Amino acid sequence: MITVRTLVVDDEAGMRKSIARVLSKTVLTIPDVDQQINFEVDLAADGSEALAKLKSNQPDLLLLDYKLPDITGLEILDQLTAEESEMVTIMITAYASLETAVAAVKNGAFDFLAKPFNPEELRSTVSKAVQNLIVARQLKKLARERHQVRFQFISVLGHELKSPINAVEGYLNLMKSKTMGDDIESYDSMIDRCLVRTRGMIKLILDLLDLTRLESGSKTQDLCTSDIRDIAIRSIETMQPMADERGIQCVLHADKTIDLYCDSGEIEIIFNNLISNAVKYNKDNGSVDVYLDKVDNLITIKVKDTGIGMNAEEQATLFQEFTRIKNAQTRNITGSGLGLTILKKITALYSGTIKISSQPDQGSTFIVTLIDNIDNEENH
Amino acid sequence: MSDVANETILLVDDDFDFLNQLDIQLSAEGYNIITAEGQKAAEKILEDTCPDLAILDLMMEHQDGGFALAFHIKKKYANVPVIIVSGVNSETSLKFDASTDEERTWVKADVFLSKPIRFEQLLKEVQRLIKG
Ligand SMILES: Nc1ncnc2c1ncn2[C@@H]1O[C@H](COP(=O)(O)OP(=O)(O)OP(=O)(O)O)[C@@H](O)[C@H]1O
Ligand SMILES: [Mg+2]
Repeated sequence: MITVRTLVVDDEAGMRKSIARVLSKTVLTIPDVDQQINFEVDLAADGSEALAKLKSNQPDLLLLDYKLPDITGLEILDQLTAEESEMVTIMITAYASLETAVAAVKNGAFDFLAKPFNPEELRSTVSKAVQNLIVARQLKKLARERHQVRFQFISVLGHELKSPINAVEGYLNLMKSKTMGDDIESYDSMIDRCLVRTRGMIKLILDLLDLTRLESGSKTQDLCTSDIRDIAIRSIETMQPMADERGIQCVLHADKTIDLYCDSGEIEIIFNNLISNAVKYNKDNGSVDVYLDKVDNLITIKVKDTGIGMNAEEQATLFQEFTRIKNAQTRNITGSGLGLTILKKITALYSGTIKISSQPDQGSTFIVTLIDNIDNEENH
Repeated sequence: MSDVANETILLVDDDFDFLNQLDIQLSAEGYNIITAEGQKAAEKILEDTCPDLAILDLMMEHQDGGFALAFHIKKKYANVPVIIVSGVNSETSLKFDASTDEERTWVKADVFLSKPIRFEQLLKEVQRLIKG
């Protein structure tokens, strides 16, 4: 139940009472709001009482008579600061002149009610006003949350960019002060770490660019029907050198065409992320199996590896930006921890789902489903 | 340099490179270094090893990993000096950085340093604490 605190300002006692009676018995339901709405009514008989109440305890809804003994309703609206007029206002006028209505709306009133009005008219005007109020509040809350998320993202990003630079700087200082003597070979492992960290940073920046492009939606999708087996083959070819280095076998299993109406660049990102992870987090001489299937319009991509796997706790954190699992096995593997975040965003574009099953030291299987939106295709 | 030989320092941090760099630097000063890449690994080492000093990162896997670890060390080996290094500050919006005196007394550590640390300063503290 949402309670709308309401202030009724009118110099006629009868009018105040009857509005209060109607509203306190009213329970509203509003589309898209799952809670019911009721009213808590307070009264004021003139302008100064109204102003005092408005300033001390701001209501959510104000029903304001235009003609008051001391000042007009318009003047009251005028005297409120922007912050004090966050409520919705309905102006009550004795003569439904267009002029008064326009002036009231200009001064911040949401709507007006012409006297005399019946309970039904009152309820319907109030209902519209409350709906507006609630939507406005939800938007404001959303904007606040978005701001918060953005801030969080930038803070973490700053940290993620700083740590590789700090690490490289640290090694450079050790080299400069010749901590390990004059023999350059003594510094090999430091140089290797610097390369690992800089490579990681470059990858981070590239992923970040992908992510921003996806989020801003500025990149228009380049849609057409493709056999995604071709995309998978291309992706495997890209990873082949990295797999060969460690004797890892990559095999594609798909015995028919798998058509998807898609932006092939996006699907390639899906394969690249899944297959690169399956190779990176594999063991030497392990294997990566990619299975593709399509039943009706449901496409399933399954990537199975024989790698280091993850425990349940680790799996739960995977899709958060910048999450990387830290342990001795992953130390020398570069990555930004954005791959799966990006994967998830793209999967959502195709009304898809992602499932993981994994066991430490046994390997992991990622199952991504995508919906082939054929209807969409026909519309284009 | 060699007159400080054989004193053992336990280094705990989940940033491998930070650990590695401190290891190189402190080893060059003649200390015997044991490294642990996280709270769990450190606790394992502490089961049968009593270092002469411990240097801990405040934030590890869990937001207050260093904090809990310092507490354990002091409970088990009350006389082992502990230096806590904290890298996280307001900028990452994670709250814990023991910046007020109250937090500092709560956390059982002898010295607090913030990252990036200056090695000379750390070394001075190490020498002072190990002697004392
Ligand atoms: N197939 C896998 N086997 C084991 N661990 C995995 C696997 N895939 C992902 N992970 C774990 O999940 C973490 C997050 O993966 P993600 O792809 O988002 O980031 P990344 O591979 O570290 O970096 P990026 O893909 O952005 O270069 C990885 O750091 C790794 O620890
Ligand atoms: Mg990845």
